[in-house]
Amino acid sequence: MDQQLYSIWVYLAQTPLLWLTATVGTYQLAVAVARRLGAPALLNPVLLAVLVLVGLLWATGTPYATYFEGAQFVHFLLGPATVALAVPIYRAERKLRQVLLPGGVALLAGAAMGVVAAVLIGRALGLPELVLRSLAPKSITTPIAMGIAEAIGGLPSLTAVLVILTGMTGALCGSEALDLCRIRDQSVRGFALGLASHGLGTARALQLDAEAGAFAGLAMGLNGAMTALLVPPLIRVLGL
Amino acid sequence: MINALLALLAFQLIGEVLVRALDVPVPGPVVGMLLLFVALRARGSVPEALQHTAGNLLSNLSLLFVPAGVGISAHLALLWDSWWQLLLTILLSTLLTLLVTALVMRSAIRVVAQRDRQEA
Repeated sequence: MDQQLYSIWVYLAQTPLLWLTATVGTYQLAVAVARRLGAPALLNPVLLAVLVLVGLLWATGTPYATYFEGAQFVHFLLGPATVALAVPIYRAERKLRQVLLPGGVALLAGAAMGVVAAVLIGRALGLPELVLRSLAPKSITTPIAMGIAEAIGGLPSLTAVLVILTGMTGALCGSEALDLCRIRDQSVRGFALGLASHGLGTARALQLDAEAGAFAGLAMGLNGAMTALLVPPLIRVLGL
Repeated sequence: MINALLALLAFQLIGEVLVRALDVPVPGPVVGMLLLFVALRARGSVPEALQHTAGNLLSNLSLLFVPAGVGISAHLALLWDSWWQLLLTILLSTLLTLLVTALVMRSAIRVVAQRDRQEA
């Protein structure tokens, strides 16, 4: 019996099937749990699924490289998903044109601030250079942020986690911070949430107000492109 | 659906090739996204199949983050060493980015509105 279990495990450990199934299954489970508990911002399904999978890898002594052989099929779809962002941006184009100038100025200021603040604060707190490079693109959606981290010599997998933490920060206290500064215009609130904390900020904006949600999605897509363009020259200026 | 998938893959492929040919440090999919946007503008509408496939892909976007997130298991020592510095950096820089964006946009909207009023 033990012998048979062992040979089944040997088979599963060799094919991508096991960890591919575990990735999709754990995520669906995390979504169901989060929904059951009323989708609190702290119980982000991505964070939950990551924690469970890290525990599973640790318990079974599986190296990340083995896990990724299976999970790479899910990971690959980030590329086409990034290309697909062109569709919502195109659909919101008319709305975008109404605030073209203010939105453009805010996009430039916010994208630059996202990179500069992360690098300077991180450096002041003594974080090593490899971590600073991984922090630079943290405001934007994971697929683009990971691509940037790779291009500038950061750690894409570390960037992914920092991006998720950034999204949770915006979702948890972004709206309260905007209230404190008496910013009431829903287009401005949404734009800032999507720009500073990508998809998780956009999800929060959608919860609060439909107009804020549309502007958040737009800002998320635009900042993805803007940060991709700004990071390489900015980190040179910042001496990285 | 296959056509829509083909379009997404093809635009990504063109993006990756262009990025390498021109040696620019921008991710290939971002260039693919810009090119698809330009193509949609030229066409004047979104094909229904593309709308459908893109919607499906984007509504499950967060699942696609999971494999990369699990990569943290390779950096546990690094996180353990500097967890409070990382959390503080993220908290401060995210709020700063959020508020600067909102304040700049609000001021710019006021300036534009004022200029429009003066012209009227």
